[in-house]
Amino acid sequence: MAAEALAARFKPGDRVRVMKAYPLGHIRTPYYIRGCSGVIERICGAFPNPEELAQMRSGLPAQPLYRVRFAQAEVWPDYRGGRDDTVDVEIFQHWLDKAAE
Amino acid sequence: MSELGKYAPLTYFQLMEVSLRELLVEKGVVSDAEVDAVAADMKSRGFERGAKVVARAWSDPAYKRRLLADGSAACEELGLDIPALRLVVVENTPAVHNVIVCTLCSCYPRMLLGLPPDWYKSRNYRSRVVREPRAVLAEFGTRLPDQVAIRVHDSTADMRYMVLPLRPAGTEDWSEERLAGIVTRDSMIGVALAKAT
Repeated sequence: MAAEALAARFKPGDRVRVMKAYPLGHIRTPYYIRGCSGVIERICGAFPNPEELAQMRSGLPAQPLYRVRFAQAEVWPDYRGGRDDTVDVEIFQHWLDKAAE
Repeated sequence: MSELGKYAPLTYFQLMEVSLRELLVEKGVVSDAEVDAVAADMKSRGFERGAKVVARAWSDPAYKRRLLADGSAACEELGLDIPALRLVVVENTPAVHNVIVCTLCSCYPRMLLGLPPDWYKSRNYRSRVVREPRAVLAEFGTRLPDQVAIRVHDSTADMRYMVLPLRPAGTEDWSEERLAGIVTRDSMIGVALAKAT
């Protein structure tokens, strides 16, 4: 974990929404999950921002990284499977906004 | 390339690898022998480490709790070197089945499972298992009832994942060593179940 890290804005159980943005560059937020809302499953720690690392910069201050749990039925409107099926995705804090309860 | 057994033009990435490697050797950054040694070490690594961790978790409930709480620290207990805080172990239960993917590239718990199988890196698996996991699992012969929730884990950033499979019935009095023998690579990725054989 990097010494220079931003404080975590979210805690497990918080409802968050992934930003629906399409910047160029090395982005670790998959397309399919942008714009979706889910619940923080855990805080993984803070890691240098990969978008900055890809540009040969330090990536500091480190960004808190979360595991966010999404309901599959909300991610894929035509999802076929159990109602409790989920997908967990690692998302960096700067890609998350607070979502309505 | 000799193990391919036939001549074929190099792909873009193979050409890039050869060019970069030859340049690094030419500049004296690494030697051919060092590159060969690292490649041999990677190829020789199988999934035995992962199987050992699973067998211990099946045999020792306290160890299982520590493994689920902090995968890296629990592996260190067994003398396996895993970067701190990076390994997340997800447990299969009668109600929940977990499966792992990296939709963006091919992140894989190499330190425990060795090199990933080719299908794990394929576009087919990576794009479909997140969208229709039940159909993909069925292609691996794993059919789960709808009451069993499927949790897909997309390794998009710094974490690596391993599935702790469900311990098969009928193995209650088995030794840890015997248990390790039935833990398959695919059961730790989550596309198959561990079976008592």
